[in-house]
Amino acid sequence: MAIAQPLPRTSVFRRPTATRGFASWLTTVDHKRIGILYGVTSFAFFLLGGIEALLLRWQLATPDGQLLDADSYNQLFTMHGLTMIFLVVMPLSAAFFNYLTPLMIGARDVAFPRLNAFSYWIFLLGGLFLYSSWFLGGAPDGGWFGYAPLSSQMPGVNMDFYAVGLQIVGVASLVSAVNFIVTIFNERAPGMSLMRMPVFVWMTLVVSFLLLFALPVIAIALFQLAGDRILGTNFFDASAGGDPVLWQHMFWIFGHPEVYILILPAMGIVSEILPTFSRKPLFGYPAVVFAGAAIGFMGWGVWAHHMFTSGLGPVANAAFALSTMFIAVPTGIKIFNWLGTMWGGVLRFTTPMLFAIGFVAMFVIGGLSGVTHSIVPSDWQQHDTYYIVAHFHYVLFGGSIFGLFGGAYYWFPKFSGRTYDERLGKLHFWLMLIGFNLTFAPMHLLGLEGMPRRIYTYGEGLGFDVWNMVATVGAFTIAASVLVFMVNVVRSLARGAKTSADPWDGRTLEWTIPSPPPHYNFAEIPTVRARDDFWHRKYTEDESGRVTPVVAGAATTEEDVEHEDEEHHDIHMPDPSYWPLVAAAGLPFIGYGIIFDWVWAVPGALLLLVGLFGWSLEPVAEEGH
Amino acid sequence: MGSDRARRKPRSSRRRWLTGFVVAAGLTLAACQQGLPQSSLEPAGPRAERINDLSTIVFWLAAVVFVLVEGALIFITIRYRRRRDEDRPPAQIHGNNRLEIIWTIIPALLLAGLAFPTVSAIFDLSRRPPEGNVLEVTVVGHQWWWEFHYPDQNIVTANELVIPVDTPVHLSLESAETPGGIAEFTENGEPVPENAVPVIHSFWVPRLAGKQDLVPGKTETLTIESAETGTFLGQCTEYCGISHANMRKRVIVETQEGFEEWVSRMQAPPAEPEADSLAAEGAELFQNFGNGSCLACHGVEPGAGGTVGPNLAHLASRQTFGAGLFETNRENLQRWLDDPRAMKPGVVMPDYNLTEEQIEAITEYLLTLE
Amino acid sequence: MSTAEVRHEAHTATGLDNRKLGMWAFLGSECLFFGALITTYMLYRNRSVVGPFPEEIYDIPFTSVSSFVLLMSSLTMVLALSAIQRGDHQGLRIWLLATAFLGLTFLGGQVYEFTVFVKEGLTVTRNVFGSSFFVLTGFHGLHVTVGVLMLLHHFGMSLAGRIGQEDSLRIELVGLYWHFVDIVWVIIFTVVYLIPT
Repeated sequence: MAIAQPLPRTSVFRRPTATRGFASWLTTVDHKRIGILYGVTSFAFFLLGGIEALLLRWQLATPDGQLLDADSYNQLFTMHGLTMIFLVVMPLSAAFFNYLTPLMIGARDVAFPRLNAFSYWIFLLGGLFLYSSWFLGGAPDGGWFGYAPLSSQMPGVNMDFYAVGLQIVGVASLVSAVNFIVTIFNERAPGMSLMRMPVFVWMTLVVSFLLLFALPVIAIALFQLAGDRILGTNFFDASAGGDPVLWQHMFWIFGHPEVYILILPAMGIVSEILPTFSRKPLFGYPAVVFAGAAIGFMGWGVWAHHMFTSGLGPVANAAFALSTMFIAVPTGIKIFNWLGTMWGGVLRFTTPMLFAIGFVAMFVIGGLSGVTHSIVPSDWQQHDTYYIVAHFHYVLFGGSIFGLFGGAYYWFPKFSGRTYDERLGKLHFWLMLIGFNLTFAPMHLLGLEGMPRRIYTYGEGLGFDVWNMVATVGAFTIAASVLVFMVNVVRSLARGAKTSADPWDGRTLEWTIPSPPPHYNFAEIPTVRARDDFWHRKYTEDESGRVTPVVAGAATTEEDVEHEDEEHHDIHMPDPSYWPLVAAAGLPFIGYGIIFDWVWAVPGALLLLVGLFGWSLEPVAEEGH
Repeated sequence: MGSDRARRKPRSSRRRWLTGFVVAAGLTLAACQQGLPQSSLEPAGPRAERINDLSTIVFWLAAVVFVLVEGALIFITIRYRRRRDEDRPPAQIHGNNRLEIIWTIIPALLLAGLAFPTVSAIFDLSRRPPEGNVLEVTVVGHQWWWEFHYPDQNIVTANELVIPVDTPVHLSLESAETPGGIAEFTENGEPVPENAVPVIHSFWVPRLAGKQDLVPGKTETLTIESAETGTFLGQCTEYCGISHANMRKRVIVETQEGFEEWVSRMQAPPAEPEADSLAAEGAELFQNFGNGSCLACHGVEPGAGGTVGPNLAHLASRQTFGAGLFETNRENLQRWLDDPRAMKPGVVMPDYNLTEEQIEAITEYLLTLE
Repeated sequence: MSTAEVRHEAHTATGLDNRKLGMWAFLGSECLFFGALITTYMLYRNRSVVGPFPEEIYDIPFTSVSSFVLLMSSLTMVLALSAIQRGDHQGLRIWLLATAFLGLTFLGGQVYEFTVFVKEGLTVTRNVFGSSFFVLTGFHGLHVTVGVLMLLHHFGMSLAGRIGQEDSLRIELVGLYWHFVDIVWVIIFTVVYLIPT
């Protein structure tokens, strides 16, 4: 759709209409474009977080390293954690939620398109706000977990940025969660019952509920932390009757569901990739869905396994040991079902498939080390050592990041209309797999041999030297693999071969529409007759599962689209809007006001209020659209 | 997109897989170095051993699961890879109820089995040692050093915990209310408590026991015990600020006689340095060096708790100072007195601009504190 | 009647309007928000090292009156919704204004009560009771304020002729939010004020 006719004035400013050009990106409410914005922004933060990691690894490659002093190191390791969790894995998952959910359920957009844009702008501005701390007095240096009372009394503005910055990006995720819950429940195409939805959509739903309920708890904790730091409240001051362990409880009641928020989207992606490249349906779909929901639910009952050394007492320790052990059961179900999917299949080892298999292989290791943590006495040795660092990198990098890269390759043709370079993709995978294992496998041993976490240096003679050096080599190997990925993306976007709607012989609805999809996604909202509806349009199955192709079941072609484009007067899409950006822009100013001088909060509050007010008066789409 | 050529698995490739596996296993086993002073894999006492035994069982169980699952994965990727002409999708199996129930129940049973030794160990290791041959020590965590009180022996020392062999040592863990970070000082060099809020630390000596946090406002407990004499290293394992990495400690395990001898020595008042020696001069400076007094922060009497800094009674008998950072020798002590903050970031003790002579004298005095 | 609204009555898979489902989801999140605040208060109510302490400072009769005022505002909110559903625009405006007025009265009562507490020595920094009490009731008051703003906003929209009988959902959404804030107050009043320490 080209530049449309200018709209009549219904508010002070004209409604934006552009769908091309830079300005159109600032005012877009199209879930696909917002997905791309999320993806590009979180990848940029991935590079920043990766550079932080390389600096840490360089410092630790030798004992008594001289590259970084203690203060710089402490800021770097804190920002590395904050970046990777809040500015990379979560928004990268959001990129996929955004792009794919409407496509997979047969909808034209999410339930609240402007709210969607609002989420993105808050994320971007919140991330920039957090990073502005480097220039305005120092980045957060209390660890990503910010344990009080250290965090409530560290001098400087560093931890103020922590308390306020995290609060801002938290709003983005909360708002997003509301959007996806409503979208998934309400915008499904006719016939798309909940049990016919792709597993990725289910995981989006579970994660959205986890966000909805977990974020408020950390919001309160951050308010209390900010209160102690800025107003002088006593929440974490033991001498006034406060309890430092309260912070830990509140943080981890959020923090444990948070780790499931980090892994379930990637599990959803893997559940889409494996069936496609095994040419078989997901084995035990109901169990995989149920296991995902069970993990989400049980995840609320395990938080104190992060606190086994905090002095909770043997009864509490034992209870949480048991609950933690049992969450391994639904996790195991998923792994076995994935194996069952591949069993008896016809496996094609494309790049996304390699990453999906890599996910399974690495996640098994991370999951097993996780079970060892649940053995409380063992955890009394493992806690706060590099053994823990090994565990969570195996699940968050070998798990989430591998899954997200797999998804990036899998849907690359869909969102770009082009083919990526398969050889470079494979090179990326193998380099990354090797580098990743070189970096993190030795850390299991380092932890058990006595190397604590969060130390800017270590002494000679403790036996840490060799494996730290190996880990550093591995880290730079990972970096090289990321460069390969970037080269692949740039070249393929510029010169990759054009692709069709369904390059992989896929199973789900996003492959029925052109690549890239038109603005309105579906010319006609599909009527869904089965799970993996598209597959069943292409193939019929007899009782024993034998398959025959159906001639007329192919996807929409480019020519179909050209005709549709001229005749879509029945399709009403939401119009672009600048109010989400205006409202979001208020938040960083309020943040600076809280930290530095209340004067700054005034324009911030104005922007926010005016933005929300203008938004509420603006219709979703203008008359005639 | 990509090569669709079928890849048969030739025998030589399988041999390469096997070789790679053996090499990896070998490297991993080789990685288990011996004689590491801070390793939880080399328990030297009954409690650490109890933990290590439990961990070992779990490790082998996990290893078996690992081999089975990863093995299945490898098998699947080889056995079911697309052959050259395979175009038709295979039979579309949607699930198998019986199999799914089995692989839900078996892991649950395995975990239930693990639950018993786990819960039993939790309670056993949390229990206070029975009355009798128990040494009581109070550990106070500061930023960034360890204070040890022996209430029954009326001894206070820092950073090096001396204990007798084969004796349960019951530690009461507290976090101190002393200035954190860089404090201010009055004209007389006395510290003005700045941020008086103590922080969380964690006591860990891996060869002797698991770790336990020091939580402000509470007294946690941990029992350690060694079956061997020797020196065992540990460090703080809860991020506690800028010099968290520098908050190290040692546990020195003596025989019963050795321990009693140490106690007597510690209970004795500090030796008077020879009159008119450099050390005697140092002793005077220690009380008053012009723009301050070491006594404002450091006690040298046996039972004196460190007001701000560690008690220095019998400093010269300690292997290290600065919380395990530096060997106790002339050169290191002089460097420290010259500019402590250059040696340990964030430390409260400032650079008092002592002259070289003053530094030499005080160092000589400190070295007499055996 | 509003001509700027082009929103069709979109058919949704559950039959529930998007905005209503969205409001319920948001309120679910708010349950955890206030839950964390109330839990903190309950954990800290007896842990203050210095006074004033809760039993010395609460004026239950006064707070009962302001609680009653807030409860009555839920009644007027229901009447407002009922009015617009009948097409009674005048009624809508009267009852919206009444609800806002009662909400403001409640807020006034809070401000007065807090001022008295501060004069008696209980500030947000004084002790953990003060910290947890003021943060909890402060956030609640903030939510009431946002509610009052929304009520006045819709009053203005109605005056401008932009709320038709078919737009009653907007009032229903405000009502949902308002009732939630009221229920939270009932819980706070019970847990914080009424249950003896």
